[in-house]
Amino acid sequence: MPVPEKLIFEYSHAGRGASDQWPHDPGPAALAELPLTLRRARPPELPEVGELEAVRHFTRLSQLNFSIDTHFYPLGSCTMKYNPKACNQYAMLPEFLARHPLAPESHGQGVLACLYELQEMLKEVTGMQGVALSPMAGAHGEFAGVAMIRAYHRARGDLERNEIIVPEAAHGTNPATATMCGCVVREIPVDRLGDVDLAALQAAVGPSTAGIMLTNPSTLGVFERRIGEVARIVHQAGGLLYYDGANLNAILGKVRPGDMGFDVIHVNLHKTFSTPHGGGGPGAGAVGVGARLAPFLPIPLVGKDGERYRWLTEADVPQSIGRLSAFMGNTGVLLRAYIYMRMLGREGMQRVGEYATLNANYLLARLQAAGFDAAYPQRRASHEFIVTLKRQARELNVTAMDFAKRLLDYGFHAPTTYFPLLVPECLLIEPTETESKDVLDAFVSAMSQIRKEAEQEPARVTSAPHTMPVRRLDDVRAARQLDLTWKPTAQS
Amino acid sequence: MSTVPADLKYTRSHEWVRTLADGTVAVGITDHAQHALGDLVFVEVPEAGRAVKAGEPCAVVESVKAASDVYAPLAGEVTAGNPKLKEKPETLNTDPYGEGWLMRLKPAPGALTGAALLSAADYQKVLEAEGG
Amino acid sequence: MAFIPHTEADVAAMLATIGVAGIEDLFDEIPADLRVKSLAGVPPELNEMQIGRLMTERARADGAPLAFIGAGAYEHHIPAAVWAISTRGEFYSAYTPYQAEASQGTLQLIYEFQTMIARLTGMEVANASMYDGASATAEAALMAVRANRKSKSARILVPTTLHPHYRRVAVTTAANQGLKFEELPYCTAEGVTPSASLARYDGQDITALVIQQPNFFGRLEDVDALTDWAHARAILVIAVVNPTSLALLKPPGEWGTRGADIAVGEGQPLGVPLCSGGPYFGFMTTRMEYVRQMPGRIVGRTLDTAGRAGFALTLQAREQHIRRAKATSNICTNQGLLVTAATIYMSLMGARGLARTAAAAHARTRELVAGLTRVPGVHLAFSGPYFHEAVLQLDRPVAPVLKSLSNRGILGGLDLSGYFPELGDALLVCATETKTSADIDRYRAGLSEVMQAARAA
Repeated sequence: MPVPEKLIFEYSHAGRGASDQWPHDPGPAALAELPLTLRRARPPELPEVGELEAVRHFTRLSQLNFSIDTHFYPLGSCTMKYNPKACNQYAMLPEFLARHPLAPESHGQGVLACLYELQEMLKEVTGMQGVALSPMAGAHGEFAGVAMIRAYHRARGDLERNEIIVPEAAHGTNPATATMCGCVVREIPVDRLGDVDLAALQAAVGPSTAGIMLTNPSTLGVFERRIGEVARIVHQAGGLLYYDGANLNAILGKVRPGDMGFDVIHVNLHKTFSTPHGGGGPGAGAVGVGARLAPFLPIPLVGKDGERYRWLTEADVPQSIGRLSAFMGNTGVLLRAYIYMRMLGREGMQRVGEYATLNANYLLARLQAAGFDAAYPQRRASHEFIVTLKRQARELNVTAMDFAKRLLDYGFHAPTTYFPLLVPECLLIEPTETESKDVLDAFVSAMSQIRKEAEQEPARVTSAPHTMPVRRLDDVRAARQLDLTWKPTAQS
Repeated sequence: MSTVPADLKYTRSHEWVRTLADGTVAVGITDHAQHALGDLVFVEVPEAGRAVKAGEPCAVVESVKAASDVYAPLAGEVTAGNPKLKEKPETLNTDPYGEGWLMRLKPAPGALTGAALLSAADYQKVLEAEGG
Repeated sequence: MAFIPHTEADVAAMLATIGVAGIEDLFDEIPADLRVKSLAGVPPELNEMQIGRLMTERARADGAPLAFIGAGAYEHHIPAAVWAISTRGEFYSAYTPYQAEASQGTLQLIYEFQTMIARLTGMEVANASMYDGASATAEAALMAVRANRKSKSARILVPTTLHPHYRRVAVTTAANQGLKFEELPYCTAEGVTPSASLARYDGQDITALVIQQPNFFGRLEDVDALTDWAHARAILVIAVVNPTSLALLKPPGEWGTRGADIAVGEGQPLGVPLCSGGPYFGFMTTRMEYVRQMPGRIVGRTLDTAGRAGFALTLQAREQHIRRAKATSNICTNQGLLVTAATIYMSLMGARGLARTAAAAHARTRELVAGLTRVPGVHLAFSGPYFHEAVLQLDRPVAPVLKSLSNRGILGGLDLSGYFPELGDALLVCATETKTSADIDRYRAGLSEVMQAARAA
């Protein structure tokens, strides 16, 4: 069992320091021009540790994590596929790392070529006319997309359109994004089989409809079969269609959002294109648009004049919604996505959707055979699927949360739990294409074993995990007695 | 099964209203509501002097898994927010109809009689319809 | 197959288990007319050796010039340990710590980060980071509108001396919610925002005042006077600060009598490579009383069922996955990997190392300014102290001079004529601890030649 690790502050000793890392001290005379009234009176209390202490501490912390490199991580809707080492190594070449964001284009033709080609490849796989790379996360891409929808309506003098329609199972970011763009959210239901309720959609659209935000395959793990109908209804009402690219992995190379009728899409490069999740970021949420929204793309874009690449800014895109980041978004992430896409090539791109779908349907079939219930048994799984444990919760008094925690003891990261909210006691499971059959089989065995434990020794499951650095944590205490920064006087 | 005291009035959005001797009313959330939210970790109550319309969001209750607005059951002026809830939000879980009250309101003229409040029996039906 | 481990036997067995004849059958719910025929616009696959060669060539094309550009992104020495540890798979390939028990490494690291950032800024509480300094500034403005309940105007005063890209990001991000950003003029002789220019706002409903320290020109604002002016009028103060400078300069928590209300900044100087603009991270801090108005992830320390300390995401009811349309922001994640790097960086530097870095950058910039202003036709634009950047004015247009310098492998700074035309032929230059006296002399000599050649021509 991993041992808890002290805080870095608890290693600190006055006078210790990794001084080989520091520049030479220019001496107090160097600071003569800085007025004392603007100077700091006391130094900040940062740790005083040696290099080895720091290296050991942070290495030990890393060992308290589950990660793709160490564990199967079937977190639904997050596409935790293998992050190839080559993508990291070649994005971190010294010239790329050292290049200043405001360096001239003459000293950036290499990186600009990669970004330009990335834009072109993303256009091809999404079926869109234009792509901007600057949004720094999926939610940031969503923001750019809805802001473009608003700008489009405004530019047409259509000022009343401020409603964004989302299905009730949508990711929380969808309604939150609509609000950030000054829109009002209208939720519509899905039917028994997981498709959008077309009658409800028809009733919801009207002269105030700005657009609809959809994921396809949906958050329920099934393909929205009547997407053509949905597009027709929304377009006829004067609204636009937004594609939340969270689940693009399912259909990569098989069907393109542009061909489904979507006007704008964001692509989570950290999901479909395998850039690292980094413990919660950095992501990248490139946006693609059809012809109608192209004039509104966020800047900067990368253009090509003859053989030279250059930035496109306000002068080139005068109707742009503007800037979303100080410079050019998460360029280093974009380079990793570029490398990954070049390594896949067009054939590899199509295999992603195929094998992600194969793995999901295989895992679902095996779990069903092992006695677990699919939330949508009549439907084909996409790249992910939902298992509902409501029967186990009722019969055995063991919840989806308990299964999730016990899976950790078996060496598997838990699937997404309790999302989407409309399926009770659910596990949203996404194996991704990079996992082998052996790993999927081992996961099925673990799930079956846990159910057996739940029948014979339920406390073993409801009190899990037992092998992690900590047991279940008290979230209520965390929120009631806020301890957000370490204080030496606090209990510790 | 959650409790629904017979002497109070209710809203469909799970607030309760108690008429006090001085003509003001106390407002809180029902036992059903606190149970659905789970352990409360934060409560925000309105400041005295604030004028509220019926149906206006005027307080926030927050647990680790949910957050919800509380709506004014009737129009009026806030005469007090419950000062204890800031330190002890859990009071709302342990005593929703007593020490866990959220605010006192001085009803606007006619607001009390005009408000579409439910009797305990009718609120009970709302809960049954919701499957609670 | 690239990154797919399946053997033919695996595929056959899996298809048999599912009960279909081929993989294509798994897509039978997708209408046939929507199916992709080919992806002709994507080139054929490259193996690792081929992509390695291509990327190495591309990197070489960017070159390795000697750069004196700052303007919001700064070249600092990054200790080798920072990225050696940050790119360990356990940090690099983990996701947001939703399963706290299996993510204690990331969670504890964020708690340490929050503590360090709070101490550096002198503020009470920090979040787990935002996308970058510009987006953090925009989010701070939105947060101020929620936090300042006395103000109804959503008017935010923004000095012209704030990074111009930050102002544009704030407008893009917040204007749809009705925020109004109003520019405060600066003194063209001194390059700072005079408190006297604020008098015309007396008696008006203003929500917040933004103060950048050091400002975009590298100059130091009178933060105490500006902060006190705002607080006397119930206006919240948003500080935008450079983290390196905070080793020497007064932290926002101590500005004026009461300190700033929200402090944000670009975290890049703390161990993050320049990399053409990202990924970086924004930090965000505030007073405890406003913590529920703060966007982004926050980690708290709590106890497990056995009574031992552990770490978990907390205050999640502010966030989009619970609050949906009423969330403080749509942001989901933080810039986790960059926070990892910054936390290791701050641990290795400590207060003394960071102070030396700040002092060395300041000293090198003074040396640079002294050298360059010896060149005829070059003078310092503003009087008064600066940190590690300064504005120079030339006697001729800046762009051709920079181009000639870049042909010599020197990136001489940022041409300000497009951003601040009123300053004429102005150039923003920066030197950090990474520059030697020889580097500075090379720039001076190059500039001298370029200016002379132009005069002779």
